[in-house]
Amino acid sequence: MGDIFSSLGLVVVGIAIFVTVIGALYWLASQLPEPWRERARTAVFIGPGLILLLGLVIPALLNFRFSFLDRDEEWYGLGNYRDVFTNGNNIKVLTNTLWWGILVTGISTVIGVVIARFADRMRGEPIAKAAIFLPTAISMVGAGIIWNFVYSPREYGLLNSLIQLWPGEQEVTFFLQDPKLFGIQSDWVPGLNSLLIMVVIIWIQAGFATVVISAALKGVPDDLVEAARIDGATERQAFFKVVLPYIKGTIITVMTTTVIAVLKIFDIIQTMGKGGSFGTSTMANEMYEQAFPQDNEGLGAAWAVLLFIAVAPIVYVNARNQRAMREGR
Amino acid sequence: MTTTTPDVPLLAPATTKDETPLMTKVADATSKGPGKYVVWLIAAFWTIPTLGLLISSFRPEDDIKSTGWWTWFTEPGNVTFENYSTVLQDKVGGRPFSEFFWNTVQIAIPGAIIPITIAAFAAYALSWMNFKGRDALSVFIVALMVVPLQMCLIPLLRFFSSDFFPEALDGVPSIWIAHAIFGMPLAIFLLKNFIGSLPREVIEAARVDGASHMSIFVRIVMPLSVPALASLAIFQFLWVWNDYLVAKVFGGGAANQPMTWALIDMVGNRGNEWQLLTAGAFIAMVVPLIVFLSLQRYFVRGLLAGSVKG
Repeated sequence: MGDIFSSLGLVVVGIAIFVTVIGALYWLASQLPEPWRERARTAVFIGPGLILLLGLVIPALLNFRFSFLDRDEEWYGLGNYRDVFTNGNNIKVLTNTLWWGILVTGISTVIGVVIARFADRMRGEPIAKAAIFLPTAISMVGAGIIWNFVYSPREYGLLNSLIQLWPGEQEVTFFLQDPKLFGIQSDWVPGLNSLLIMVVIIWIQAGFATVVISAALKGVPDDLVEAARIDGATERQAFFKVVLPYIKGTIITVMTTTVIAVLKIFDIIQTMGKGGSFGTSTMANEMYEQAFPQDNEGLGAAWAVLLFIAVAPIVYVNARNQRAMREGR
Repeated sequence: MTTTTPDVPLLAPATTKDETPLMTKVADATSKGPGKYVVWLIAAFWTIPTLGLLISSFRPEDDIKSTGWWTWFTEPGNVTFENYSTVLQDKVGGRPFSEFFWNTVQIAIPGAIIPITIAAFAAYALSWMNFKGRDALSVFIVALMVVPLQMCLIPLLRFFSSDFFPEALDGVPSIWIAHAIFGMPLAIFLLKNFIGSLPREVIEAARVDGASHMSIFVRIVMPLSVPALASLAIFQFLWVWNDYLVAKVFGGGAANQPMTWALIDMVGNRGNEWQLLTAGAFIAMVVPLIVFLSLQRYFVRGLLAGSVKG
């Protein structure tokens, strides 16, 4: 197979070139007289990193400007933002994203706490936790295909087979139409398609929550729980009043991380929701759809800015919380 | 107080020893009878979807499309590897699927190595070289973690397709560069935390002995940083391996696209060809699963470390 050698060859060549260039630049810097020698050496060390960071900073600034332009790159002021908050389709996207944040974050965290609590010191704990954690390793695209199969119609889709066990229930075709939850027609209520895709992300995120919370639970000092028991607390009271408050920091970490992941949900909507059709779109998906397939870069840029505004405070909270936990120990 | 979260600072070596008194263990084991059934129930529920896909990938096309995979337990039909050999040669966008596997390899290995190498140099400079504005720069880099990569897609794509950008770097190299850019703040932040907390005496003793920055970096700092580098490398490697968005936006045509692209193309155009999709999805998952099962400890640490990013 020529492919193997050509791609691995390219990889090796690329890395070799990079190492050679850095080495050569450092050697050149060492030939300079002081004080330039030290400065040049510092520049060689930090220069490549700074150039890449410029590749982040400059585009991010330019993106703000693009968000004020229309489809033809004419000045459009706040028009794109107005469209986001007034157009019916876009409101659906915003409410969907909100539901995503609430349901996926809430349910994943609760599952994480439940598993961490009951699996703790249980026989076979590593196996059970590995099974729940495994989906974290695979791609959203892979997860999408796994669940597309579960949701697929006719005889081989697990969900439809279960639905048809009920007498009189018809097969439901998901993702090719927009079936409503209890038949409710509203932009503020997520459709069945969205809920089914949320299940997949819960399936992925709960593993992360389990592993992190479980490790935190093992760090709770035993004397603390013991003391509560001696004071007459039941098993349940000890858990809710002593253990959970003790690992509050970790739970905040899990929730903020999950919210951020959810806000940026994209691949899975492309794999399962036909690129956001039939009521499945979310902010990050809409950013992509508008900017590239729809060729409306201004609107796409505006979605990116909104995403940034939504994500930034959560990252900040997360960072502060992690620092507080570091200093607390 | 003891740790409230494992491994914070996130890349410190992990040693959580079970020091529970025996009596507590006994009390716990007896007090949570029904709880463990909940755990096993959820664990089973979590496994079924993947198991279904795995079993189906070994069933002949006619079987997949006529009966559910669960019937395989009661009346085991034929087992075949044909789906795998078919999908590897199957044409997606005019190219065999196997080519996309190698594209993913070609994207993911440098996509992990390049940013980590560059970030390690920068982290060393920010920790152990003296220059004006060093601390301000460190703070600025940490602050950049709040920028979601979506902010950069449109302007960066314009730059990559402009005349200022060398044509030789189009395609796969531009995917590497994009991943390096997006991974840089987190990588510098984590490596600086680690490299900056190495013992000062070690570095200074080497300086006194006349070692240059380069030799300190290569001979002392890099070997000491292996645990941090490994966790970060695994996180970044899996991130790039599983990525669809960055490759799709910056990679151009099918020739440079990874497996994720090929799979989404198959879902879109031939969503009912489950004999191909099941096998294809598993081929894409094999490497992450091997990494997960063999390096779980580093994997967890890498994942935790990555959780500080926007």
